[in-house]
Amino acid sequence: MDALTFAVQLLNGLQYGLVLFLVASGLTLVFGILGVINLAHGAFYMLGAYLAWWIAAHTGSFMLALIGGVAISFVLGLLLEEIFVKRMIGRDHLAQVLLSFGLILVIDEVRQILFGKDVHSVAPPAWLKGSIQLTDILSYPVYRIALCVVCLVLAGLIFYMIQRTRLGMIIRAGAENRDMTRALGIPFDKVNRYVFAGGIALAALGGILVSPISTVFPGMGDGMLILSFVVVVLGGIGSVAGAAIGALMIGLTDTFGKVFFPQFSSILIYVLMAGILLWRPNGLMGKGN
Amino acid sequence: MIRLHPTMLRGLVALILIAAAALPLLAPNYYVQFASKAMLMGMVALSLNLVVGYGGLVSLCHAAFFGLAGYMLGFMTPESGGASFWLSLPVALLAVAVVAAIIGALSLRTRGIYFIMVTLAFGEMLFYLFHDTRIGGGSDGMYIYFKPEIAIAGLPLLDLEQTRSFYWLVLAMLVGAILLIMAIVKSPFGHALQAARDNEKRALSLGFPVFRLRLVAFVVSAMIAGLAGYLSAAQFGFVAPQMLGWHLSATVLVMVVLGGMSSVLGPVIGAFALIGLEEVLKSSFEHWKLIKGLIIIGIVFALPGGIRQLAELLRPRREDDEPVSADPPADPNARRPAAPAAPPKVETKGDFQHV
Repeated sequence: MDALTFAVQLLNGLQYGLVLFLVASGLTLVFGILGVINLAHGAFYMLGAYLAWWIAAHTGSFMLALIGGVAISFVLGLLLEEIFVKRMIGRDHLAQVLLSFGLILVIDEVRQILFGKDVHSVAPPAWLKGSIQLTDILSYPVYRIALCVVCLVLAGLIFYMIQRTRLGMIIRAGAENRDMTRALGIPFDKVNRYVFAGGIALAALGGILVSPISTVFPGMGDGMLILSFVVVVLGGIGSVAGAAIGALMIGLTDTFGKVFFPQFSSILIYVLMAGILLWRPNGLMGKGN
Repeated sequence: MIRLHPTMLRGLVALILIAAAALPLLAPNYYVQFASKAMLMGMVALSLNLVVGYGGLVSLCHAAFFGLAGYMLGFMTPESGGASFWLSLPVALLAVAVVAAIIGALSLRTRGIYFIMVTLAFGEMLFYLFHDTRIGGGSDGMYIYFKPEIAIAGLPLLDLEQTRSFYWLVLAMLVGAILLIMAIVKSPFGHALQAARDNEKRALSLGFPVFRLRLVAFVVSAMIAGLAGYLSAAQFGFVAPQMLGWHLSATVLVMVVLGGMSSVLGPVIGAFALIGLEEVLKSSFEHWKLIKGLIIIGIVFALPGGIRQLAELLRPRREDDEPVSADPPADPNARRPAAPAAPPKVETKGDFQHV
């Protein structure tokens, strides 16, 4: 493998990791703040992609699809929090698992009714089409580079929000000690609602952003859910920094695994997870190691 | 709760067993096959409850053990005839035990949400192993053209190609599994397992090897799920990666909660109820999964105690024991044979099992 191919693979791995980070950070925040395990996270990733396809197919604009998909998912998140998830806070994990499994079945079937079960692709915006010619045979799509940039900016925003704003302070405090934060008079119900809706919107955003480079298909949510879980297990629950490290590790492991061990690439990330479990069962950045 | 006299209870159990054993002589083949399928799901739910109900560990990878044993049967079935039951079943269960011991040993290092996520991830690892690689036919799955042969010294003992014989084998295995789990739960091992569920720190400080207890429970439970998977693969003559997928694990978890976690038999009844319900929904609605999802959500909010709670709600008078006990014996006859039992019918059974 020459340096250029290596660089391209590295870029692919980073970009995969960054998308994973967007989705998994939503998941880890919902875990950390609400203490609720949400198996339906992947379903929203899938739903976001289908929403984007539908809006793009009807308006012809990817930007509209992006904004519309995220907005619809955010509102959906607010509604679900109000109707279902709010009542799940403090209940045992088993009830949360079953509720989110029920939600997955409902979301899948509603998607089936609204959008069907066909596999689709979404066109990137016109100004991001095309590729950069690296050598005679090697080129790199502009959209993938743009995706990296967008994800990096979003990751920066998430970190800024967590580290520098009042909301972020509450979120960090909540992840550290939920009861204490509530006892201090923080309007926790409101924070919960926005964190949940924000987490859902991040999952949908991930699905929308990858729709131009991969296909939109019904089972896409399941794969992403498992990967996000592995990321959270690697990084530690509630830790956004942990999610970033975990996501990049998974992205690079998977990409280079496919290059070096194509037969067993899908197993590699689980081997990585097993190793981390042996070393630090609560994740790299988790509490109580 | 209805309290039945022990003699009455024994009579009732005998009656149910006789009714269950006689079913293939009375019902058409379709129902016999359906009952076999329901009993196999009941076996998975039963095994999962050892970990979830008695161990307090929400595992989401039991479908992987179920499917793995099915694939093992597929690998061991020759192209020209059935695999030997006496060889293929132990090998399949051994494979499941080894995989479960590895997954369990890693997953049990974690608690709570982590445990759920890690078991889910390892379960999906097996799913992707069979889905992405060509072992076992990839995403298309593989056919098992011949059912396993049960023979002693060359003499065929039971012809599993016959729906009836297969049903009886499944029934016997289910009864055996129920008795095994009941024995485990009542044994000192079972008590220690429940102690660790109720208060891990206290169990540890009393000197119980909590990790080892849970690992043994996890492996035993996986092997019973594997037994069900082996029989299920034999029944349908086909295995596919979906058998290992986590949607099946979650569905079995719904069965466990629906039937009630506090008893050994509850999950079996939950499995019958959910399988019956699915069958009814499938035949009446195109988008039956939507309704199934809504029902699951409904169970979480309205019936956290499962069917048993429904029984309590439906029967306002609680204290009168005498007239109620006259009622149930008539019921099992009508319930057990074939017809997918509607939930309200099953609940009387949910009551006496706790005696």
